[in-house]
Amino acid sequence: MLNYDLVVVGGGPAGMAAALKAKEEGVEKIVILERAETLGGILEQCIHTGFGLHYFGEELSGPEYAGRFIEQVEKTDIDVFTDTMVLNISNSNVVTAVNNNEGLMQFQAIAVVLAMGCRERPRGALSIAGSRPAGIMTAGTAQKYVNIDGYMPGKKVVILGSGDIGLIMARRMTLEGAEVKVVCELMPYSGGLTRNIVQCLDDFGIPLRLSCTVVKTHGKERLEGVTIAQVDEKLQPIPGTEEYIECDTLLLSVGLIPENELSKDVGVELDRVTNGPVVDEYRETLQPGIFACGNVLQVHDLVDYVTEESQIAGKGAADYIFGKKKGGKFINTKGINGVRYIVPQRVNIEGEEKLKLYFRVGQVYKGAKVVVECDGQILSSKKKVKLAPGEMENVVITPEMLKNMNENSEIIVRIEE
Amino acid sequence: MKYDVAVIGAGVVGSLITRELSKYNIRIALLERCNDCAMGATKANSAIVHAGFDAKPGTLKAKLNVRGVELMKKFCKELNVPLKNNGALVVAFSEEEIPHLEELLKRGEQNGVPELRIVKRDELKQLEPNIGDTAVGALVAPTSSIVCPYELTIAGVENAVTNGAEFIRNCEVTGIKSENEEFVLSTTAGEITAKYVINVAGVHSGKIAKLIGDNSVEIIVRHGDYYLLDKSQGTLASHTVFQCPTKMGKGVLVSPTVDGNLIVGPSASDIDDGDDVATTAEGLDKIYNAATKSVPAVSLRNAITSFSGNRAHPATDDFIIGSSDVNRNFINVAGIESPGLSSAPAIAEMVEGIMTELTGGMEKKENFDPIRPEPVRFRHMSTEERAKLIEKNKAYGRIVCRCETITEGEILDAIHAPAGARDVDGVKRRTRAGMGRCQGGFCGSKVVEILARELGVPMNEITKFGGESKIMYDRTK
Repeated sequence: MLNYDLVVVGGGPAGMAAALKAKEEGVEKIVILERAETLGGILEQCIHTGFGLHYFGEELSGPEYAGRFIEQVEKTDIDVFTDTMVLNISNSNVVTAVNNNEGLMQFQAIAVVLAMGCRERPRGALSIAGSRPAGIMTAGTAQKYVNIDGYMPGKKVVILGSGDIGLIMARRMTLEGAEVKVVCELMPYSGGLTRNIVQCLDDFGIPLRLSCTVVKTHGKERLEGVTIAQVDEKLQPIPGTEEYIECDTLLLSVGLIPENELSKDVGVELDRVTNGPVVDEYRETLQPGIFACGNVLQVHDLVDYVTEESQIAGKGAADYIFGKKKGGKFINTKGINGVRYIVPQRVNIEGEEKLKLYFRVGQVYKGAKVVVECDGQILSSKKKVKLAPGEMENVVITPEMLKNMNENSEIIVRIEE
Repeated sequence: MKYDVAVIGAGVVGSLITRELSKYNIRIALLERCNDCAMGATKANSAIVHAGFDAKPGTLKAKLNVRGVELMKKFCKELNVPLKNNGALVVAFSEEEIPHLEELLKRGEQNGVPELRIVKRDELKQLEPNIGDTAVGALVAPTSSIVCPYELTIAGVENAVTNGAEFIRNCEVTGIKSENEEFVLSTTAGEITAKYVINVAGVHSGKIAKLIGDNSVEIIVRHGDYYLLDKSQGTLASHTVFQCPTKMGKGVLVSPTVDGNLIVGPSASDIDDGDDVATTAEGLDKIYNAATKSVPAVSLRNAITSFSGNRAHPATDDFIIGSSDVNRNFINVAGIESPGLSSAPAIAEMVEGIMTELTGGMEKKENFDPIRPEPVRFRHMSTEERAKLIEKNKAYGRIVCRCETITEGEILDAIHAPAGARDVDGVKRRTRAGMGRCQGGFCGSKVVEILARELGVPMNEITKFGGESKIMYDRTK
């Protein structure tokens, strides 16, 4: 058994930021366990720019953004095991991991930070009818083939889903000489960042079809085409609107799912909307000493916010290790009227620091107000030019706002049109 | 190439026949038109070893099913294939359906199926708490089991190859001539001669029989769609839950699989093209609606994939097994629809008998080894077993498929096994890498990399399942 103060599961941007913050706070023995060959997580295959605008104030590529944290980790005495898979976390915080060098390892931790990231929703989850040939894959898999392995997965491409990876891959495939015929989005709005729609589709003349989906795949061995169709308000295909599009590749960018299998095994309670753990403002889950941050907690659109969130978790873990974490009284946060979820789900009303509640809306709003209230009292109200499901929003809660609350209070965030 | 026996088609029946014949001192070739075994109906069916109450008494289906259930235990033990005796229920959803159950009970007893009984609603609810509220009673068949059909097939082929049979892939038979008491087969893998031909070509067995002028094998392609649900749904039903059968088959079932998933299906529609395994929106809708009648908690939110398979439905409604009237050294084993998987070991035994009769007795091999060694299954091991395994071979310390916890060592084993994997789906069927909830999103490219390295070819020559199913094209710019 190896003894550590803090075990961080995952060495992507979340895990690294949490570990570094804990180190800065004075935690001595920290280990990062990473399943890939290198630290950096999914950023390593995101060779486009646009990372770090908020956090570093400059525009970096994914590997550059990750590189800055990898450098910092290397300068510390944080232990790192790469190519190492965590198999299990016990409820006494024993983390079992395996690699082909050290074999099976067990780490006894005081605190654990979950930073496993997320995975892409695969085709099977969509129930698209048709054949199952080669040439259908998630946008992220295609991104790895192109950017890491150096192979093109196809030449004539249809993309289903306008999530950010799908948009980025529309541009990437075009730059590599493929013809991206159309990006179909089931919803009446895109799930991606506005800047990605402009820079990745509009600039290249790639059509985005809203309220449109793939209803059938064709081709026995290799994909030969897809049938697309418009959908109604209930998202059901409208008969008569079918259109056949010849293509050899279908990329799916239809949602990301936090990878919480390890969390579930150790009994961490999950939020039904985020599919991530329920956490308090320190990013501690309902299991004492287990923290979560990054895409395993909630799917982010900007890595800058992942870093911010993970530093909170790193600080929370450090406080926990030093026995400094305040007891306090915790109340729930709740999103209604268009606010799909809020992270953190619990807030300490005796907290002495300013905190942010992160949330996403369920549809596009223009000129709507974001209202925060508690026990019938409006705490803040702010008009926003645009709110969209693809962009994470936040509201600030100050210690003053918390002063008049009691254990039965509930902080509500809602949209007012 | 000259052989004593050519078996056409490496589905579960072809595999087990080849394995039974590999007991003898004869040269056997198992010819498969695809890049792997288990590529037809074998990889896309309900994966049930039926108790045997469904088939009409006196038919081959009835006889071979009941015998198959017995033999399956021995086969699975020797081949180290997991077989789980979970029992089956045929559920009646109205009082009018109860006589159907009584009919099935009677039929089952005639067929020699043990332990059948009919239970009322209350007991049914105890047996299967998630059953739909409209259920009024059920026929209980305790001897029904579940098995993974492609695992059984792969194990059979491996064992046959270990015992000297040859497995020839990408070998489509396009013509058969009969010369000097021998058959000369034109195939996409060159000319093959054999004294005996066993036609186990599934939906294409009619076409193969016609190559020698035998027009008696009439096959109707019956298409069925399925959903496979995440392991989190695998406990929604502990039995295999059927509804009352119809003219088109046993109807839609909901069943756990040996690997712990939940399978739902099949639909049934007759089609022309035996190779058309595209799922249909109508079929998928139908099975979902039917499944939620049996087990209302079934939810497509947890579907990890949908697929379809084509059963070879014989026009005669019974298995066609025996020497052809055109040439008695040509044996048809055709129309093997449900309960084909259940019957497969018994069909193999029957064909072994036919061959013995035709040849006047074959000489047994002295060194026949009936055991196919159990593959390493890291996911089923304890911490201590895992530690020991990795100490012996470090490749077992590298997890490639994170959803199913599959190691690089297991993938290497699958590639280097007798008749090993040559493509991504082959690795998937042998190891379960890519079979989990992310469906190969993460490990797919690693599997391609390992295959390319081990087979000594560039990554862009690796296919999903042979032929033109290449995963990548050219290098990037």
